[in-house]
Amino acid sequence: METILNISDLSKTYQSAGRMLTVLNNINFAVTTGSTNAIVGPSGSGKTTLLGLCAGLDRSSSGSVELNGINLGNLTEDQRAQVRNQHVGFIFQNFQLLPTLTALENVMVPLELRNEKNIRSRALDLLDKVGLADRGHHYPSQLSGGEQQRVSLARAFSNAPKILFADEPTGNLDAETSEKVVKLIFDLNKEAGTTLILVTHDLELAAKTQRIIRIKGGQLIADEKTING
Amino acid sequence: METDSVNYKRKTNIRWLFNMAWRDSRKNRSRLFLFISAIVFGIAALVAIYSFKYNVQNDVNGQAATLIGADLAISGTKPVDGSLKHLIDSLGDERSQERSFASMAYFPKSKGTRLVQIRALRGNFPYYGSIETTPVQAGTAFKKGKMAVVDKTLMLQFNAQVGDSIKVGNTLFLITGILNRAPGQSGAVAGIAPVVYIPMQYLAETGLLKIGSRVSYSFYYKYNKSVNMDRLTKKIDPILDKAGMRYETIESRKESTGRNFGDLSKFLSLVGFVALLLGCVGVASAVHIYVREKIASIAIMRCLGVKASEAFLIYLIQIVGIGLIGSVTGAVLGTAIQHLLPLLFKDFIPFTISVQISWMAIGQGILLGVIISILFALLPLISVRNVSPLNTLRLSFEEVGLSRDPLRWLVYALIGLFIICFTFLQLNSWLGSLFFTLGILIAFLILAVVAWLLTRIMKLLINGSWSYLWRQGFANLYRPNNQTLILMVSIGLSTMFICILFFIQSILIGQVSLSTSGNQSNMILFDIQNSQKDAVASLTRKQGLPVLQQVPIVTLRIEQIRGKTAADLQKDSTIKIQHGVFAYEYRVTFRDSLSESEKITDGTWVGKAESGKDVPVSVEENLAKRANLKVGDKIVFNVQGVQMPAYVSSIRKVNWGKVQTNFQVVFPTGVLEDAPQFQVLLTHVPSNKVSAAFQQAIVRNFPNVSIIDLGLVLSVLNELLSKISYVIRFMSAFSIITGIVVLVASVRISKYQRIQESVLLRTLGASRKQILAITALEYFFLGSLSALTGILIAIGGSWLLAKYSFELPYTVSLLPAMVLFLTISILTVIIGLLNSRGVLNKPPLEILRTNA
Ligand SMILES: Nc1ncnc2c1ncn2[C@@H]1O[C@H](COP(=O)(O)OP(=O)(O)O)[C@@H](O)[C@H]1O
Ligand SMILES: [Mg+2]
Repeated sequence: METILNISDLSKTYQSAGRMLTVLNNINFAVTTGSTNAIVGPSGSGKTTLLGLCAGLDRSSSGSVELNGINLGNLTEDQRAQVRNQHVGFIFQNFQLLPTLTALENVMVPLELRNEKNIRSRALDLLDKVGLADRGHHYPSQLSGGEQQRVSLARAFSNAPKILFADEPTGNLDAETSEKVVKLIFDLNKEAGTTLILVTHDLELAAKTQRIIRIKGGQLIADEKTING
Repeated sequence: METDSVNYKRKTNIRWLFNMAWRDSRKNRSRLFLFISAIVFGIAALVAIYSFKYNVQNDVNGQAATLIGADLAISGTKPVDGSLKHLIDSLGDERSQERSFASMAYFPKSKGTRLVQIRALRGNFPYYGSIETTPVQAGTAFKKGKMAVVDKTLMLQFNAQVGDSIKVGNTLFLITGILNRAPGQSGAVAGIAPVVYIPMQYLAETGLLKIGSRVSYSFYYKYNKSVNMDRLTKKIDPILDKAGMRYETIESRKESTGRNFGDLSKFLSLVGFVALLLGCVGVASAVHIYVREKIASIAIMRCLGVKASEAFLIYLIQIVGIGLIGSVTGAVLGTAIQHLLPLLFKDFIPFTISVQISWMAIGQGILLGVIISILFALLPLISVRNVSPLNTLRLSFEEVGLSRDPLRWLVYALIGLFIICFTFLQLNSWLGSLFFTLGILIAFLILAVVAWLLTRIMKLLINGSWSYLWRQGFANLYRPNNQTLILMVSIGLSTMFICILFFIQSILIGQVSLSTSGNQSNMILFDIQNSQKDAVASLTRKQGLPVLQQVPIVTLRIEQIRGKTAADLQKDSTIKIQHGVFAYEYRVTFRDSLSESEKITDGTWVGKAESGKDVPVSVEENLAKRANLKVGDKIVFNVQGVQMPAYVSSIRKVNWGKVQTNFQVVFPTGVLEDAPQFQVLLTHVPSNKVSAAFQQAIVRNFPNVSIIDLGLVLSVLNELLSKISYVIRFMSAFSIITGIVVLVASVRISKYQRIQESVLLRTLGASRKQILAITALEYFFLGSLSALTGILIAIGGSWLLAKYSFELPYTVSLLPAMVLFLTISILTVIIGLLNSRGVLNKPPLEILRTNA
């Protein structure tokens, strides 16, 4: 089994108002390629911070993050941006679509960055997969929350990422819409064979993955396989 | 495991950047354009002035020959004789002569009299261009008989027609034409000294060429074959110089005219540049807010793999694009405005100004606009590079590290360098441009500090006892992302411009009218012959007018200073005496005491000369400076051919602002009494009617006596000042409009924030009226504090000018200041309310929905 993500002795401290605040304390775990994983914990426990570090959005205070064999700690911010563009997909709690771009253009951006071919038709295919083929010319402000999240899903899968990070993807959605989006995430994931790291405080959602990593107060308190694993 | 799976060196796809810039701008275009419109008027001003400059340059090159009217012109203030006459008569293939001097002219039909400039002409001058008259042929025909052409302002003033007559000295001339423009003369000059042309053969008959009349002698030459003017002038220059005469060629006139209007356009373009800089500061602060709103988008792009430099370039492309549009708009506007400039300057320019599209000016304007909008936008834009992708997970609202970015110093340096270089291009002096740049910086700083102080004081004044509406209105000036400071600086600057203008104008006018009011002298009679002295005085008294002062005047030249002559000065360039000192003809007086307006600054005043010794004279301080004279220095004067050794016994400071006879050199009594001299008499006329009757009586009895009517001078001066102030007001309009644009832009930028506040207030139960009042009060505070800033600085500035530059007593004209204060405050409120209308009129729910 190949390892796509390797976290060792990872810590993060913030300095605010002269006080040191340890948000993550000595975290260790590894993720195998193609697996689905959930990080759960109460609000404020450091989940989002951990996700940010794993995806190379932030630098750790100590310890290392190895993504697809690359030690992110050794890279510059621009180099990490290339890693993200070529290997990583994101889904955010508040969708994070570019408000000045249409749905289609939002999906096209990662492909355009990679200078690929047939960008438009591939983006349209992806929009079709999330059921929004006819909404491509709409701006995010013209879409509902669920629709926005589906566009963001299409965008996340557009560069065929090796690993997908999702931070509370259903946090801003109602139950019914959530269910649709969750189904899409898992379907697309299965189809593309992508590794999934899902951050949530929703245990029901977490149970759909193969493995649950629990953190509390910045510490890893449990790491167990689910019935899917 | 594939470790080389990432291509770190992805090349930046420029086309994609443009594509993104275009897409991203789609929803912000009107706003972006609003930012950049702040530079439109600055660019327009510069393009208009540059076009004007290039057109004037072309016109000067094309019309220089008609400005001087001949290939060579020689002029001096002495009659020529001896070898000089031989030289003067030998030059050129065709020659003309002109004598010009001030004299009274009398219009028998209307019984009007006025001091005019008589030009007695012989020969076919002008050889290029013409004496512009109505009817056209009058310009040459008047030389055939006892005829004159008379300036159009004179004709108008005395309601004279062609066919009437005009009396000059003892001779009556038939007015054969109206003079529209004398060669090389501008309208403003014509207003001060209206010209009357007469044929020279009748000059002697007028009897005006007597002792003391200051006549200038001009000689005009035409060459039928081309000659090397450079060689010729080099040859005659030393001879002419020794005789105190000057020469002009078409080439030298081209240069001097070009230089004069070059200076004017330099000044104007610097004024335009200030408006542009003001707009740029507005652009910088608007872009700052724009970038802050874009943090989320930038973070998303960074997440998706966009490099920091690429994110920066996307927004830079937007700014360049919009800067280009703004500059082109400005250039188009400027090219249109250019058509107004000839109207504005027609009184100051002695030729017809053409209006043509100048691609050079347009190119320069656009280039300048793009460069400067980039430079100023860079300041907030560099922080785009520091936006972390982490902001997607947690919009931290952490202040983007603008203040810590070391690159910002580079940008500041670039801006400073650019301003210095730009002003260098205008001024051609590094020191000058450094001072200008520092001056701008200090002016902006003073404005900012005064604005800040005023808001501080206001903050202290407004306490809990004020009503909620007032407190809230004032507090709004401090909302986040506010542009209070930049608005106060720009509105304050415009106010300051206008205000200083009013102040200076009223100080100057006030000074002149003050000195002509009451019993002070307001009429000067000069060129009175010694023999007429008592008769003129008694005629004055007979008319019921006072003889306030009667002063003898002797004309003389300086022959030697500390043993050095003009010839020594020519040979030895180390002698520190200015050139004109020896050539100049001085009008001096003699008396036994100092006048009220004089003050000894060095040495002692001696009122009576001892016979047989050197004469102790008092020298005015400016002449002392030019001639490098100290107390005790020996001077030899030439009084109508008689050498008179003297020494400097004192140096005087003279208040030239007062209307009375002032002199560069004052002699003691006891030496000049018998020298050839004439008299000056000062009187006070109570009204225009008395003035006219008195002038008529004088001109009838003493045709050689000239009269300066200060009432007339005052009105001419007033007219000239208002023309100049019109030009300055026109120029400052550009910074005013820029200020308004910045105001509109900043209201628009903070609109969303305002909507939310207004909705919140309304859900909390505030009425529409109350919100309107809060908004109105906010703009009232903004407008009034800015106006006050400008007015305070204007008071300070005009005080400094009055004290140190004009050396006049200072009086503040509060009324225009008050009017200005109210106008600016109300204007600001109106603009603010008009822009906020959308926010106020909609029901809260609708606003919440559309902005969700
Ligand atoms: N920039 C920061 N400075 C200081 N403290 C921070 C910063 N970012 C996050 N934190 C703190 O770190 C802790 C973990 O936050 P987060 O990772 O968002 O938790 P979760 O996503 O599990 O709710 C919180 O207590 C939060 O206040
Ligand atoms: Mg979180």
